[in-house]
Amino acid sequence: MTSINKNTTSTTERVSLGLKRRHSKEKRFKRIGLFAVLFGFLLVVILIGDITSKALPAFHQHWVKLDVNYQASWLDINTGVDTDIEDNSGQAPTTEQLNKANYRNVLKKSLYQMFPDVSGRKSKRRLTKLFSSNAEFSLKDNLIASPSLFNTKTHLWVRLDDDVDSYLKAAFPVGEAGLRINQQQAQWLATLISSERIESRFNFSFFTSGDSREPELAGIKGALMGTLLTMFVTLLLSFPLGVAGALYLEEFAPKNRFTDLIEININNLAAVPSIVFGLLGLAVIINLFGLPRSAPLVGGIVLTLMTLPTIIIASRAAIKAVPPSIREAALGLGASKMQVTFSHVLPQAMPGIITGAIIGVAQALGETAPLLMIGMVAFIVDVPSSIVDSATVLPVQIFLWADSPERAFLAKTSAAILVLLTLLLIINLSATMLRSRFEKK
Amino acid sequence: MNAITLPKQQDVNGTTETDLSQTNLSEIELTQTVGNIYADDAKMSIRNANIYYGDKQAIDNISLDLAKNQVTALIGPSGCGKSTFLRSLNRMNDTIDICNITGQFTLDDEDIYAKSLDPVLLRARVGMVFQKPNPFPKSIYENVAYGARIHGLTNNKAELDEIVETSLQKAGLFNEVKDRLNDPGTGLSGGQQQRLCIARTIAVSPEVILMDEPASALDPIATAIIEELIDELKEKYTIAIVTHSMQQAARVSQHTAYFHMGKLVEMGKTEDIFTRPSHKLTENYITGRFG
Repeated sequence: MTSINKNTTSTTERVSLGLKRRHSKEKRFKRIGLFAVLFGFLLVVILIGDITSKALPAFHQHWVKLDVNYQASWLDINTGVDTDIEDNSGQAPTTEQLNKANYRNVLKKSLYQMFPDVSGRKSKRRLTKLFSSNAEFSLKDNLIASPSLFNTKTHLWVRLDDDVDSYLKAAFPVGEAGLRINQQQAQWLATLISSERIESRFNFSFFTSGDSREPELAGIKGALMGTLLTMFVTLLLSFPLGVAGALYLEEFAPKNRFTDLIEININNLAAVPSIVFGLLGLAVIINLFGLPRSAPLVGGIVLTLMTLPTIIIASRAAIKAVPPSIREAALGLGASKMQVTFSHVLPQAMPGIITGAIIGVAQALGETAPLLMIGMVAFIVDVPSSIVDSATVLPVQIFLWADSPERAFLAKTSAAILVLLTLLLIINLSATMLRSRFEKK
Repeated sequence: MNAITLPKQQDVNGTTETDLSQTNLSEIELTQTVGNIYADDAKMSIRNANIYYGDKQAIDNISLDLAKNQVTALIGPSGCGKSTFLRSLNRMNDTIDICNITGQFTLDDEDIYAKSLDPVLLRARVGMVFQKPNPFPKSIYENVAYGARIHGLTNNKAELDEIVETSLQKAGLFNEVKDRLNDPGTGLSGGQQQRLCIARTIAVSPEVILMDEPASALDPIATAIIEELIDELKEKYTIAIVTHSMQQAARVSQHTAYFHMGKLVEMGKTEDIFTRPSHKLTENYITGRFG
């Protein structure tokens, strides 16, 4: 004290000396903070960039134009009493006959006609392997859609096999491990390309079909619908339950040991590993209550258990943050506890509650482990249309595809991740919009 | 429950004790209230009120009357229990778990702590205006209409509109806000907000209005407007006002009660209290020796 009072200039000097140090400290911290933010941003950019670049091939697909000959004899269709083929041309085949016809034969024979120099069983098999196993069904659908093509020659676009598709997309050197395209097949493809019979198209079926063992046919719709249905159940259960629980604990419950115990348990519940909830779902919801396996209903219930503590904790914080003066004002006017809670506390706390709910749902959206336990990991081709249909969800679909040996599933996996991230983004955006609407009120 | 904080934590702790020892007043007898606690025409009567927060006694055996259509000011140093006492008059202390109240509280000879009486009904009859303006984060119209709406006082929109208009007029705010009734109430200035809160209270047509330092957060001009308003309001309502400003108590009230450490030291006509206080403590307080 005394030295400061003695000489004021020395005080100024001392302060300015320290000031420099203090400012440089601040600058250093700012730099570190900026670096941290940029580093995080860079990681996100790398992640998204990597996934996007890997996913891009999944969004288009190569098709090939075939000369198809729907000859009655190839189709094994006998339309007339007369066995003579030429005379049958005028008569139309019945639907049943079209359904049962041998389209594989038509495909093979048409291919051999397009490549007359192919001989030998091995070569022939290699040739048919170039085309998707779905090609014969394309032929069938085409003829059933327009029966007038019977006994005529036509052009038809069909999908190429996934190995061929990958080969064309990546332009790998022939014979590279995993591609399964040999020299001869590469030559046939070169012929097809030079005659402009191969075309790259946008892969609509990726968004419109369910899962498949064939990568060129596999789509995301099943998993997407499964995810949406599961989230619907989760939100429907966890939001009202979570908000009601939080409101009760904050506004109505007496403060005693019992409510303290509940509070501790809710906090503990938030920290329970998710796979434990899966085991619970398997043991109680499926085995005891007998709900269907692999269903979004069960998945939703299990994820609700996981989401509920998050929503309750966030909602309680939001409710606590509502100024007590608002409650007093309403109480002073003679509002009942219920009226105070629902017309003042809840609307004021809503933005915070929505934030909590979104964090919870976003967590649930990416959850895989508990769903494995209740059978949502099964291979399901059909697109689910209700909450009791068998289904899988996006993260599990990603896991399944990442586990598949076919090279083409690599791109599918990344594409599925992109779809999941997009869904997350949409949910977050809508939540932000909803929140700002509540805040305006 | 604990969201509503205790009114003035220091009320409970009695922090004014040191002030007293400095002025050598601790030996002065505090057991008996001096002056006149009775009113000829009492709207509310309180007899032998004791209020405890847990083990701490905040109000010690207080009895007084609130005269009908008059303003009673409750004054005293910080922590003397006047806010606690005021809040007990419309059972706002019910929300505090550890608060215990004994004694007899009547409104028109009706026991307000009777089990059969719903606090919701009581608060519709005994309104409250708080220290800090606390309009709801809704429109001005909604702020005033809320009370009437929850009690179902109106049958249609036109009646509600009228209640809102007359309440705002009584609170002297209508001319300032009539063009922006749909703007948020929180957008008004502090003084306007407080008058909005008064209008909100009036809209329920209470019989008694309790005011807890209604002007302490306001500037002198806004305070003057509120004081004028209180003077007009007493024609229709019985008013009890807690205030820290002795000038304000002298200006607006007809009766004054001086609280000290949870006890009612002196009560009487305002002009008597401020011109010739009977008790040494009162005299010290109003002459500015402590408080």
